[in-house]
Amino acid sequence: MTLQEIAERLDLEILTTGVDLDRSVSGGYCGDLLSNVLAAAGAGSLWITIQHHVNVIGVAQVAGLGGVLLAAGVQPLPSVVERAEEGGVPLLRSSRSAFELAGSLYPLLH
Amino acid sequence: MQEPTDAESKCLVHYIKPGDIEHGGSASAQIKAELSRLGVSAADARRAGIIAFEGEINLIVYSDGGGTITVCVSEACIEILFKDDGPGIEDIDLALTPGFSTAPLWATDLGFGAGMGLINMQMNADRFEIHSHLGEGTSIRCLLERREDDASGNC
Repeated sequence: MTLQEIAERLDLEILTTGVDLDRSVSGGYCGDLLSNVLAAAGAGSLWITIQHHVNVIGVAQVAGLGGVLLAAGVQPLPSVVERAEEGGVPLLRSSRSAFELAGSLYPLLH
Repeated sequence: MQEPTDAESKCLVHYIKPGDIEHGGSASAQIKAELSRLGVSAADARRAGIIAFEGEINLIVYSDGGGTITVCVSEACIEILFKDDGPGIEDIDLALTPGFSTAPLWATDLGFGAGMGLINMQMNADRFEIHSHLGEGTSIRCLLERREDDASGNC
């Protein structure tokens, strides 16, 4: 399933412009400890987190994640969105909790 | 980033400023992209990128005066060297214990300081060496054998 389709099914707000969402998402991961995400999230996964600072984008880039989904309505600074756009990292957002988002995402990918 | 230093092994050097968390991950993302440009496989570039990220954040959070990340690529290997001039690590075995961290509160608030950074570097490297002396500094060398089909993978 592509990130675009997931965004539509979960009613996600797309924060980045000019970043391709027509990419296949291979899995998902929830976590707010950055090293844990680097250790455990598979390449191509959609990462659900409430961390919304600029280093999140670096994690997504080096780990080759499929995108970052900010949960619980957290709002990143414009500079974070800019960094995501520069790095080609899709950044999405929802008011729903990480638990609810993971629950909704799971059946779409399995 | 400096130009490659010799013909056989292409080396790139990044200087990391202490405390510059706003740019944390920028050098690592550049390193990963540069390795891909040099023909390194996606899986090897990812391993190198994760190692670079953990080391970059350590330089930002812990080093007194910043440090350098030197990445050298040859046909068979990727070598990543981190070097700083202090403060040094008092007990390396303790620092390598999963979950142990001396990260300041501002770093843990951002999701760093899980006590997993050095472990992640070890897990993604085929060889991991760390040397540190209090007051002198720390150097970490990570060696990755390139695993793609056309690389010899024999460092």
